[in-house]
Amino acid sequence: MKVYLDNAATTPVDPEVLAVMMPFFKEKFGNPSSVHYQGQEAKIALDRARVEVADFFRVEPEEIIFTSGATESVNLAHKGLIETFQKSRVPACQAEKPHIVTTSIEHKAVLETCRHLEKLGWAEVTYLPVDRFGLVRAEAVERAIKPNTVLISVMYVNNEVGTIQPIKKIGDFVKKINLSRPASGAPRIFFHTDATQAIQYLNCDVSELGIDLLSLTGHKFYAPKGVGLLLVKSGISLVRQQDGGGQDHGRRAGTENVAFIAGLAEALKQRAAGKEQEAKRVKELRDRLAEGILKKISGVVLTGHPEKRAPHIASFTIRGVEGEAVLMYLADEGIAASSGSACAAGDLNPSHVLLAMGVKPELAHGSLRFSLGKKTTIREIDYVLSVLPEIVVKLRKMAPK
Amino acid sequence: MTLTYTKKVLDLLRNPKNMGQIIKPDGVAVVGNRVCGDVMKLYLRIGRRRRAIDGKEEEYVKNIKFQTLGCPAAIATSSILTEIAKGKTLTRALKISNREIVEELDGLPRTKLHCSVLAAEALKKAIRNYQGNEK
Repeated sequence: MKVYLDNAATTPVDPEVLAVMMPFFKEKFGNPSSVHYQGQEAKIALDRARVEVADFFRVEPEEIIFTSGATESVNLAHKGLIETFQKSRVPACQAEKPHIVTTSIEHKAVLETCRHLEKLGWAEVTYLPVDRFGLVRAEAVERAIKPNTVLISVMYVNNEVGTIQPIKKIGDFVKKINLSRPASGAPRIFFHTDATQAIQYLNCDVSELGIDLLSLTGHKFYAPKGVGLLLVKSGISLVRQQDGGGQDHGRRAGTENVAFIAGLAEALKQRAAGKEQEAKRVKELRDRLAEGILKKISGVVLTGHPEKRAPHIASFTIRGVEGEAVLMYLADEGIAASSGSACAAGDLNPSHVLLAMGVKPELAHGSLRFSLGKKTTIREIDYVLSVLPEIVVKLRKMAPK
Repeated sequence: MTLTYTKKVLDLLRNPKNMGQIIKPDGVAVVGNRVCGDVMKLYLRIGRRRRAIDGKEEEYVKNIKFQTLGCPAAIATSSILTEIAKGKTLTRALKISNREIVEELDGLPRTKLHCSVLAAEALKKAIRNYQGNEK
């Protein structure tokens, strides 16, 4: 039996998505910037995709920038925004550096981009701690705000443990604070979220949530790898990070990847239909898996928040085993999962997310994540529950007492 | 160096050789620690035999067992180490290098080479533990 439970890493391209993409490789191959028939055909497809994507988030089409994925989107958002402030800083006055507030459990795309800006001396960054459930407190974000704060970047759902962050709460107080800031001469604060793991299951109405900038990548919800977007509410100016032609209203140079963008739009449309039902179905399966594992195996702890968690992620630490060894044994049984152990990541340290949550390194090495998807069935879940306990017993038997 | 695990590593992960412990061992060693990820424990039973060539008495690894908490590479290197060391004289066993271990596994991914270093170190430490006990 083949069981794929690593949907938070990537998903296969949906057949409907692939069908929408196919014409743009051969018959409708035009460059959207060309004036001739083929070009206009591609332009129409690109514009249509932009409208569909905008509808998903209930924003204007001009507020969508297509990118190669979430990493590029985050780089464009953070660097683009800070560079805008950098340009307006008067060196002679030694005006204060812009300040970014983020969390210690963000994806590397955010953390490394912030570190880069720190190294350049263009920004100062506060990395907020999280509690043992991987939750950042909205009050802590609010308290971290300084007169020179210009950007708050908090992920919607953590990809390793599934904890849902208080996005609406943060969005609400950012809106409120921004009303009073002009009077004090302080710059407006922009709120960015990496919503990659939230798109399929959670509310993504950016106006309601108070989000100014949103990043995502398509391949976590059945679009292909290599396409994503950055949503930028109107009135926010970013210095583009990829120079060249005037595509995407001058905000991202390079010929648009029409086929993939059409695929991304189709995938979002598919996910929007029956979103709540699917979230409920996946959550029930996930709960069955988590309860089963906690019942059948001793020394297991569910990582992440018990309630405030995305429906598709079940993550654990298992005492007395190493994650990569568990993954290899699972693979022998046809099961694909992932681990935040140092070995599994090819890194020296185990998952920065688990460490930030206060999980001891020796336990973090034994972490295991299952992430469910639209093809996950109850049979698959029961199969995992039938083989995992024996694997843990076998590995624990190998370990010194 | 390899990009992924060799067939030999995977076979040993599935069916490790000499896994377990020796009761009242002559030499024992623990290397690595849980914080870093891998812990290996080696148990030695030392035997004496006469060399065929000159009848001189020599000490050799009569039995060796391991217990490992770690990744596939850590388990495979411990297992292959016990197979290499078994039956060897202590003088020869002390010369087992991490390179020899890697070669016997038909290679290891670059990020896993440290596992072979750990395994070679474990054997030396266990033999010294025996020699220390003897004195």
